[in-house]
Amino acid sequence: MLHPRIIPNLLIHNKGLVKTVNFKSPKYVGDPLNAVKIFNEKSVDELIITDIDASVKKLEPNYSLIEKLAIESRMPLCYGGGINNVNQAKKIFSLGVEKVAISSAAIENPTIISQLAESVGSQSVVVVLDVKKKIFSGNYEIYVHNGTKKTGLNPLKFINKIKKMGVGEIVINSIDYDGTMKGYDFQIIDQIRKITSLPMTVLGGAGSLSDIGELIKKYSIVGAGAGSIFVFKGKYRAVLINYPNNKEKMELIKKYMKID
Amino acid sequence: MIGILDYGLGNIRAFANIYKSLDISHKIITTNKQLVGIKKIILPGVGAFDDAMVKFNESGLRDNVEKMVLNENVPILGVCVGLQMLGHSSEEGKEKGLGWIDANIKIFDTLNIRHSTKLPHMGWNTIEIKSNEELLFKNLNNKDRFYFLHSYYFKCNNSDNSIAQTYYGDNFTSAAKSNNIFGVQFHPEKSLINGEKLLYNFSQL
Repeated sequence: MLHPRIIPNLLIHNKGLVKTVNFKSPKYVGDPLNAVKIFNEKSVDELIITDIDASVKKLEPNYSLIEKLAIESRMPLCYGGGINNVNQAKKIFSLGVEKVAISSAAIENPTIISQLAESVGSQSVVVVLDVKKKIFSGNYEIYVHNGTKKTGLNPLKFINKIKKMGVGEIVINSIDYDGTMKGYDFQIIDQIRKITSLPMTVLGGAGSLSDIGELIKKYSIVGAGAGSIFVFKGKYRAVLINYPNNKEKMELIKKYMKID
Repeated sequence: MIGILDYGLGNIRAFANIYKSLDISHKIITTNKQLVGIKKIILPGVGAFDDAMVKFNESGLRDNVEKMVLNENVPILGVCVGLQMLGHSSEEGKEKGLGWIDANIKIFDTLNIRHSTKLPHMGWNTIEIKSNEELLFKNLNNKDRFYFLHSYYFKCNNSDNSIAQTYYGDNFTSAAKSNNIFGVQFHPEKSLINGEKLLYNFSQL
């Protein structure tokens, strides 16, 4: 039986690993390479690594770091940050990465999605949408550049537009819930789940394994992404790389997943 | 010496990284000359069926690989689309497959998949190993998990060629074999310790 994926989401800023709250105040939590080694030993389902400086500063992806990260990864690795053309994606693939994530590039020029799908296969094209709820209307809006730039785009309309263009997976990242550890933003996840059957990974808000459990209970097959809970321990948020062991993971899935 | 075929498709480096860490001699193959002395072949594949077949045909490697596999019984392991290439044809495209295993590639019937995520079949799933004697699965157990990422599956016309199956809406072949020709639908190179064991086993056949 297929299982949901529990995915640590790692952010790279100034060459270090950081964790943010509401996409702000990055806190240094360690060395990315070391973290990937530990997550590999802990047998994680998958990893998402995002360079949060690259797109904002218009930098090329840091290929030498990506190469080192890929060498350590015995699990699927998704890299995002600074990718805006097919050649960059191909180069990242050649270093041993399975999935490339694009965000601002997809929003500025959605045809890049089909170009990427043609060259690396749609299963490897991940579109990340950073979303924030509008205060008055309650509708959601897509942001880019680490939550600093509004796009005026509604995530549902955007997904409807791109879902046939060759995207293999959609990552929904809630700016409002990022780092808050109060549980996932089910309102937007529900809305998006209704309009697409593509694999979906959600980020933002997981504060405990039971938060992940609630997500699994609702959607069975889903990517449960999280940052804080896998890098912090305890109420003082001491830095400690952690991940449920196989037994804990099986128990969590058994407890929450509806078996069909 | 294990030869990892690089015909312009697939995560070649991931296989090389594993064999390097296991201290098993291996070589990335881009030319026919490099095939000399190769005792086992890995045929990786990521992406679409037609693209894979066209690139493999254009690589110039096909004739020699075919000779090694069909006449000299050199073991080969197809991975993901690399497995699918071993069949006759695919619903994903128009190109002819290699036809080294009697199988056709079909798309999953999403009507049978009950959860709201349908395709691709993405994530960790169990395999049901049909025979404990199979050396490719040495030190692996029934229900061990591997990472899958695909929308089409390998339908063997002769069930004897199916050596492991997995459930996704229905049971499908997740590993196939015909004499020295092997293929797996999942990605051993991305399946943590289970994948390492399988790639090690292949190297010891």
